[in-house]
Amino acid sequence: MKRTDTSNPDYYHRVVDCQWGCPAHTDVPEYIRLIAQGRFTDAYMVNRESNVFPGILGRVCDRPCEPACRRGRMDEQPVAICRLKRVAADHKDDIQDRLPVVPKKKNGKKIALVGAGCASLTVANDLMPLGYDCTIFEAQAVAGGLMRYNIPAFRLPAEVLQEEINYIVNMGVAVKYNHRVESLKDLLDEGYDAVFVGTGAPRGKELKLPGRYDTENIYIGIDWLESVAFGHIESIGEKVLIIGVGNTAMDCCRTSLRLGARSVKVMARKPREFFKASAWELEDAEEENIEIIVNHSPREFVIENGKLKGMTFEMMEYVIENGGITAEKITGEVFIPCDDVILAIGQENAFPWIERDLGIELNKWEEPTVDKVTFESTRKGVFFGGDSAFGPKNIIWAVEQGHQAAISIHRYCQDESLHERLPPTLNLGSRKMGMHEWSYSNDFDPAARRKMMHVSLQSRFEELGREVELGFDAEQTAKEVERCLNCDIQTVFFDSLCIECDACLDICPTQCLTITENGEREDLLQRLKAPVLEAGQPLFVSDALKQTGRVMVKDENFCIHCGLCAERCPTAAWDMQKSFLQFPQAADYASGSHNGKSPCQQRKAG
Amino acid sequence: MTYIAKPKIDLPGQKRNVLGLLQRDYEGSMSTLCAGCGHDSITAALVQALWELSIAPEKLIKLSGIGCSSKTPAYFVKGAHGFNSVHGRMPSVATGAHAGNRDLICIGVSGDGDSLSIGFGQFGHAIRRNLNMLYLIENNGVYGLTKGQFSASADPGSTAKKGAPNLMQSINPVATAIAMGASFVARSFSGDREQLVELIKAGIAHPGCALLDVISPCVTFNDHEGSTKSYAYTRLHKHQATAADFVPAAGEITAQYAEGEVISVKLHDGSSIVLKKADSDFDPTKRSSALGYLEKHRDLGEIPTGLLFIDEDWPEMHAIYGTAAKPLNAFTFEELNPGREALEKLQREMR
Repeated sequence: MKRTDTSNPDYYHRVVDCQWGCPAHTDVPEYIRLIAQGRFTDAYMVNRESNVFPGILGRVCDRPCEPACRRGRMDEQPVAICRLKRVAADHKDDIQDRLPVVPKKKNGKKIALVGAGCASLTVANDLMPLGYDCTIFEAQAVAGGLMRYNIPAFRLPAEVLQEEINYIVNMGVAVKYNHRVESLKDLLDEGYDAVFVGTGAPRGKELKLPGRYDTENIYIGIDWLESVAFGHIESIGEKVLIIGVGNTAMDCCRTSLRLGARSVKVMARKPREFFKASAWELEDAEEENIEIIVNHSPREFVIENGKLKGMTFEMMEYVIENGGITAEKITGEVFIPCDDVILAIGQENAFPWIERDLGIELNKWEEPTVDKVTFESTRKGVFFGGDSAFGPKNIIWAVEQGHQAAISIHRYCQDESLHERLPPTLNLGSRKMGMHEWSYSNDFDPAARRKMMHVSLQSRFEELGREVELGFDAEQTAKEVERCLNCDIQTVFFDSLCIECDACLDICPTQCLTITENGEREDLLQRLKAPVLEAGQPLFVSDALKQTGRVMVKDENFCIHCGLCAERCPTAAWDMQKSFLQFPQAADYASGSHNGKSPCQQRKAG
Repeated sequence: MTYIAKPKIDLPGQKRNVLGLLQRDYEGSMSTLCAGCGHDSITAALVQALWELSIAPEKLIKLSGIGCSSKTPAYFVKGAHGFNSVHGRMPSVATGAHAGNRDLICIGVSGDGDSLSIGFGQFGHAIRRNLNMLYLIENNGVYGLTKGQFSASADPGSTAKKGAPNLMQSINPVATAIAMGASFVARSFSGDREQLVELIKAGIAHPGCALLDVISPCVTFNDHEGSTKSYAYTRLHKHQATAADFVPAAGEITAQYAEGEVISVKLHDGSSIVLKKADSDFDPTKRSSALGYLEKHRDLGEIPTGLLFIDEDWPEMHAIYGTAAKPLNAFTFEELNPGREALEKLQREMR
């Protein structure tokens, strides 16, 4: 094999599993180290730069970083990354003076943003410091979108939400509350330089079964949650059935308990391994004695004298092969009594307010045609982001799409090509402090993942908005931060310095290093010291070493970044270097004086 | 030297030996030697060989004298017996230990100072007794612990770190051992793991004193340009005289060799050593051939490695003395102290 090209930022990025897994590429190990040092405000700012809403995401993020975490490959639980993010948000000081400065003199460009959810707010966050005039149109009386009315307050307190929204709104964003945009055409006629659509996927899917429209006790999950959030619904019947087993279903069932339901059953059509809800949300619901019933397919709503009596279900049996269902059969039918039913089987896009003659292409599912890089629709100057662009995903994806759309809007307003985009860049800096000292905690801590403490089952139902998760205490935080393997402290190899003394091979606790004759990839894999398991991590192959012409091979899969190879190396052929990845945002495209540094570099300098 | 201990990590798919042990179970404490020291590579080779041989840690005794090399026993097989003895006196202590318990597998680790200077006499007598042990010399040509003076194995003409040449002759432990009648003599290099592991295994299986001289560069004091025991010099000048494959008793010789280039030496426990020779005129079972081979390659400026001489039939110490087949610690008190009458009977026989 040829020498691995580590100059491509992707190489070292992939090694940092969490950062690679995060759509917004949050520098997770960096902020975990800052938390370890008690620098909560700094940790918060590292987060805010990429994910904009650390307090919110520290509670309700979908956490793609955690299943990716290297720690999980060591037969262990991943680092509680999301909980640590909340620690930073909970303990930070005032950050007002660290927010980007918004110029008094505007650049004369006006941007309209539809919907005050996470996508639009991110776009405003990125564009306001560049001098844009941003106006958000919001149908409700408050901002937040899905984050406010689809996520119950016992998971995400309103104060946390409001604080992080305020950081953006207070930059001088004009928010027109109670202003539902009824016509995109009218909006375009108002002369905005660009329009961003961040209206989410607001329509809950229907379940058209017999009896659906013969009672008022059947609700659409997201609409019902919204009514609860705004205080329009304050109670529910004693027995409630939730149809569907995604995260919305989890929010519906737990909210039902808080509105007076005594028995709540979540009805799933398929077995547990096919559930869409995140494992921790299922766990939290089951802790509250929610019953989840599998293999029951809804058949009919049973109505007697205009009153909902219950539902009938078909009991299913599946043949599962290689993680997929290959056959199914109905084994019987069962009636389950209930007072109310909440449908939580998914969401769809809906754009009744977009006229079909504006040059914006929508398919038959009302999904707009959106460029995956620029987030521009088929009409110039109209951009989509978040759930409204590619259907329901989650907050962190909406934030990242907001960042990308902001770049496009800026380029569009400056008459520059949307497709010419700055590449991500990478800086490496040694973390060597002395003979055996590194500026990171390199000792492997075998501690198990800390468990989040919850408000007791007695008191959590006393009021609707009581937050269930208590957050990590000081002891839990101190332990959990040490579990992070610091994957961003990279093992960097300098081929010409190696004298092939084997010291690194012998000291490596996971045997991820091998010196061997070069060969083709498949052949090399056979000769590695430790077996390679599928995990998608790259293989590093050095140049021919000068004494024997063999090559150093490193399997990045199981490296725990303990730095022992670098400590044992007599010639400093191995070094531990922090990889700073920089993902350009709108500010990096703006011209102007930045002391010779890009804003990207300036942000990192802290 | 490192400050943090090598962490123990349970990875999926780790291999276990016949005893159910992981390779890391054969490791010892963290080495305090210099980073990149050849001795640490030898330690790793010992760990690998002992793990592959599935030797129970409690069946092993590790002995050493004084010096960088003699710290080695602390760094492998934590669960084994050990004795870090007096400078140059490892062979005496090993003799005592093995006399007391002949069932123990004995590994003595010494250095060029410990064996070729202060302990030269002891070295010779361990060979003469044919003590059943692996006698491993970690040979770096300098006194590392006292800042890099030439040792007895430094080659004439090689230079110290600051440039001063060595004017004295060097003692070649391999040639000396063959000349003194050793039954197993081999040389290897700390940077040649494959060869070293096989020779360690063969040396442990050999019933007698197996001398294994290992060139082990001192990264701190003897890895410079004028050195003849540096990584670069050794790699450039080593000449593999034989490639040894140790085949355990239950194993099968599967490799195919051309006629005449291979010698298979069957050991008493049923295992065998398969030797592949580089030169057809070299016969490692003949002392004269081995000595001649060494001299010839010295003239060529080469360092022959591999198994250089073997005589598996020469009796080891217990056979020479005709001692009991059972180790002393397995005898009962009554057997060891048969009483006054038995003593008198013995004395009468000797009058």
